[in-house]
Order: sequence, then structure tokens, then C-alpha cells
Amino acid sequence: MEHFISLIVRSIFVDNMVFAFFLGMCSYLAVSKSVKTAIGLGIAVVFVEVITLPVNYLLQTAVLANGALVEGVDLTFLAFILFIAVIAGIVQLVEMIVERFAPALYSQLGIFLPLIAVNCAIMGGSLFMQQRIGMEANNPQAILNFWDSVAYALGSGIGWMVAIVLFAAVREKMEYCNIPKPLRGLGIAFITVGLMAMAFMCFSGIKM
Amino acid sequence: MGLFSKKNMEALNTPLLKENPVTVQVLGICSALAVTSKLAPAIVMGLSVTIIVAMANVIISLIRNTIPSRIRIIIQLVVVAALVTLVSEVLKAFAYDVSVQLSVYVGLIITNCILMGRLEAFAMQNKPWPSFLDGIGNGLGYAMILVIVAIVREIFGSGTLLDFPVIPQCVYDAGYINNGLMLMAPMAFFLIAIVIWVQRAKDKSLQE
Repeated sequence: MEHFISLIVRSIFVDNMVFAFFLGMCSYLAVSKSVKTAIGLGIAVVFVEVITLPVNYLLQTAVLANGALVEGVDLTFLAFILFIAVIAGIVQLVEMIVERFAPALYSQLGIFLPLIAVNCAIMGGSLFMQQRIGMEANNPQAILNFWDSVAYALGSGIGWMVAIVLFAAVREKMEYCNIPKPLRGLGIAFITVGLMAMAFMCFSGIKM
Repeated sequence: MGLFSKKNMEALNTPLLKENPVTVQVLGICSALAVTSKLAPAIVMGLSVTIIVAMANVIISLIRNTIPSRIRIIIQLVVVAALVTLVSEVLKAFAYDVSVQLSVYVGLIITNCILMGRLEAFAMQNKPWPSFLDGIGNGLGYAMILVIVAIVREIFGSGTLLDFPVIPQCVYDAGYINNGLMLMAPMAFFLIAIVIWVQRAKDKSLQE
């Protein structure tokens, strides 16, 4: 239980997907112009991450790992194709389910939902999970069982959401600032993210 | 139409500066930031992306008339994932150290927006040869930004270039120390912002 909570907190603040690993930057920069859409996309990312990452964990441990399916056969080289297929498939499924049962949420998320399939935060989550499986048990980053993978998915999804909502709030205020012309838009956005990443570096001292 | 007609050369040239994938189209930012703390991984990453974009563009362009448009995203993802798997295995075999440094970011080329962006915007409508040139152009435009950022970060962050010391010992004796911040995440954001700033100050048509 302790490890479960520590994984969540670490992946929100210390191993933040955006500020520490630069993942999901494309949609992060494109969809952060208003807080409302940022929250929508954030929820969608948490949702998809929490579903795909544990599925990929099961896939990795039960099928791909060395000797998991047939003794002496290592299928890890197939990981990229299988992970992305799982993600694309699940995004499609989630889209259909949300459209059927929560039309209000569906129209709010709009085109973000299908775009999540190519959001690197999701794929990155799965690939980091694959790396972390082999870690030693006393490592705070290690993913030792199925529930750890759920915790990591939850934490990294929420971490991404926190990052985009904070950034969108700053950006809304920045609309009224007098910024040098060549820096407007993309340039100042990068500088803002850099400053926020610096602020988040303070969390890296947390020991749990 | 000649192989190097004016139109084809445009497909190769414009992505280098005017339509640069990183600084103008805002594609593929994630890896542009993550692999640039040293020059060697940045060059390897730039080359891998160039090869993969060019190959994927050619393959998709060859089969563009047979792809049903409803499932084109999944087909594109599978083609890209297969190419990335190939490149990743080659890197593991011939450049193991670099492939360890790049860690998950090789796998993340799959979700690199440059790939999907170029496949959707160019390869789906054009013949194989222009698509190939377009892929090479975009890959090189991306690699160029990576190399610029990586050179600055490696020289000021660790005082080396491709692991050869470039800052003479006498400078260190005089009290100079390497700037550790250069190697951290925030500095990558600032440097890209500076590149964008310089480019937009020169080319006023890009300003927002």
C-alpha cells in the first residue's frame, strides 16, 4: 500500500511526464489556450492512460517477456507494435463507449479523444512501465505487480493533467501581456514551460 | 517531370527553415527536448527520424490508393511501428551505448507528431519520389534544431563536444565551472524558445 501511494505521488510531482520527460508536448502546446479545454483533455488522458497501461502491463508480463509464452522465446522486440495497437484500439473503444453513454462528455472532448492515440505521454507511459518492471524491489520507481502499474498510470495521467491545467491558466493571463513580437505565441510558451519545469524541480528532493 | 524539378526541390527545401517541423509546425517537440543534453544521441536521433520519416512516406505513398480512409491512422501507425522496431534493433546491435542513452525515446518516434503529420499532409496525396524528398527535408529540419540545441547544452553543460573536451583546463583553473542547469530539463525549453525567437525576429512572416 505504501509503495502504491508513493508511486502515485512520485509520478505526479517528481517524474512528471511533461516537466521531467517532455512527453505529450504536441497536444500540450496546442490545446492549452483555455483552462476548460485543458481540463477536458486532461481527463481524457488520465482515462486512457489508466486503461491502456495495465493492459500493456499484462501483455508485457504474460506474452512478451523472455520465456513467458514459450520457454526460451523473447518477444520483447514486438513491444512497440503491440503497445501502439493496444493504445489505438482502446482509444477507438473508449471513443465509442463515451459517445454512446456520455454524449455530453463526448461533445466536450471533441477531436481530442482520437488524438490521444498519438499522444506520446500514453505510449511513453507504457514504455517506461516496461523499463520499470525489471527494477529491484527497493527502488521507489519499480513496478512489481499489476496494482503498481495501475498506480503508475493514475499518477502519470494526473501529473500530465496538472501540468496542462496550470499552464493553461498562466497562458490565459498572458493574453494581456506586452510580449516582444517574435516571442509571441510559441516562444513565450516554451519559456513559461521552462520556468514551470524549474519550479517542479523542487519536488525532486521528496523522499518517500 | 524531372527527378529534381523545382517542385520536388521545394518539398526538400522548405521544411529546413521556412516550414521547420519543430519551430514552425510545432511537431515532434518531445524528443527534440529530451535527447539533446549530449550531441551524439541528438545526431543519432536526428538520423533515425530522418530515415524513418522518409521510408514511411515512401511506403504510405505507394499504397495510398488502396488504404480505406476510415482505418488509415491504424495502417500508418503499424507501418511506422514496424520501421521503428527495425531501427531500434539496428541501434541495439551496432550502437548499444547510444541506444541506452536514448532509452524510451526511440520507441516514442512512433508517436512523434512529425511522422503522422507528414504522412497525413503529404504522403497521402503525393507520389513516392516527392514524398521521399519531403521526408528527408522534414527529418533534416528536425535534426538541425536538435543539433543546435545539443551543441549549446553539451558545451556549456559538460564542457565537451562529442565527449572531447573543448573548454581548456586553464579556463577551469581560473574559476570557471560547468553550468549544471544546462543539462536539466528547463534549459532545453529555454534554448528552443531562443531558437524560435531568433528565427522569428529574422522572418517577420512567421510572427503571431
